[in-house]
Amino acid sequence: MKDIFIFNNGRLKRTDSTIQFIDADGKKKTIPIVQVENIHLFGEIDMNTSFLNLLTQQGVVLHTYNYYGYYSGSFIPRSKQVSGYIDVRQASHILDPQKRIFIARQFIYGAVHHMLKNIRQHKDGSEVYINTIESVRVNIENAKTIPELMGMEGNIRKIYFQSFNHMIKNEFFHFVKREKRPPKDPINALISFGNSIMYTTVLSELYKTQLNPTMSFLHEPSVKRYSLSLDLAEIFKPLIIDGLIVSLINNRVMKSNHFEYIESEICLLNDEGRKIFLKAYEEKLSKTIKHRTLKRQTSYRFLIRLECYKLIKHIIGDTTYKPLKAWW
Amino acid sequence: MLNVDELKATGLSVQYYLVCHRKLWLSTHQIQFEQDSDRVLEGKVLHEQTYNKHGNKEVLIDNLIKIDLFGDYVGEVKSSSRMQQSDRMQLLYYLYVLKQAGINKVGKLHYPKEKKVEEVHLTDAAVKEVEKVLIGIQVVKDKSTPPPLIKLPYCSKCAYYSFCWVGEVD
Repeated sequence: MKDIFIFNNGRLKRTDSTIQFIDADGKKKTIPIVQVENIHLFGEIDMNTSFLNLLTQQGVVLHTYNYYGYYSGSFIPRSKQVSGYIDVRQASHILDPQKRIFIARQFIYGAVHHMLKNIRQHKDGSEVYINTIESVRVNIENAKTIPELMGMEGNIRKIYFQSFNHMIKNEFFHFVKREKRPPKDPINALISFGNSIMYTTVLSELYKTQLNPTMSFLHEPSVKRYSLSLDLAEIFKPLIIDGLIVSLINNRVMKSNHFEYIESEICLLNDEGRKIFLKAYEEKLSKTIKHRTLKRQTSYRFLIRLECYKLIKHIIGDTTYKPLKAWW
Repeated sequence: MLNVDELKATGLSVQYYLVCHRKLWLSTHQIQFEQDSDRVLEGKVLHEQTYNKHGNKEVLIDNLIKIDLFGDYVGEVKSSSRMQQSDRMQLLYYLYVLKQAGINKVGKLHYPKEKKVEEVHLTDAAVKEVEKVLIGIQVVKDKSTPPPLIKLPYCSKCAYYSFCWVGEVD
């Protein structure tokens, strides 16, 4: 199973029970749909309902991105996994402030664990960041409200991003601070791009479970976004995306010519840069580790699904949720 | 007190009750993982490819039980005889439902891959067995939390394996 990324403009067409991509010059390419999990469209693509119906039938999720590579939305097959029972249990853990903050806290513990893991990999002069983060971490247990918790997480993240310049050997990629809207330098562009891809991956995994993706614990359950996907992505962004960014730069795979500037203000990855990033991302997701309790080789992608399972087990009163803390 | 005449179960619930109470609880609370399982797909294909000469395949009765083969006898097709106890109980339950509708039939378990067929008869003792199972199913379903984990030899082949056994080590 894999993800497909289309950068060219053209048309996606259904041919019998598989799909075909026809580019602007009329060149045809057949894509075996049974092996596809997600399709990401970065170019301008035409398609029709017969194509979309095939995606639904095969359970393939379609994600679209605008010209700048920002995530714009998804076409998600009618969910086959529904459970009124799970919905009710999930809601009960949001309505009760104690239960809600317990789960929210766990997400942050998982995230911080992975941030520290990243910093520790770069020995020289990183102690100061680790000590500062750990001094904030001890207060997480005392946070009484979600906004308070979010504030602590914000503080930790700020310190974490300060340590990025230490991890990154190439000065061209050093940055002042995290800026999302819009990203103004290459490192911010990479973080933003990586995070939006991470979000879509988590969403696709969530959809294979009975959890309701709109009911979240850490982020406010909002009407506009699948906020549970944002919650779970907190754990995986530092584990998967950040390590990828640092190694792509330090191994000189990602270079200055992979970025473009719009009105000399907004910095974006160009097509070449996105391709490099996504190729490395796909490789990372299919990498496996031996799971400690399952005693099986488990891919990084499947770790996301397992996180969903643990959350289900928690809300149905089976076993208390503990976040993933990479042990390898 | 549960009244057995009012208890309805699917053939699958009967299977699960004998195989694993936890699986029964999860599946009846709409927590299902079977559709991505290769073994389930194998079963489906087997059903489609076997006994094509037989009159009625896949007959749905009472919107509750799906009978694989329905003719002179009631047949159930399985891919392996490793779970013969639960296969037998599932078929007995079908015979039991039919008997309540005034139809008396003999059952046969088909294991086409092993070229094996087992006859099943709904005796008076078997009726009692079925009723005990029906009450048991209801008791499991009514629990407020899933039954605890028990390591069974067939766990690793189960579609719920990852769900059940995932955890974090401190």
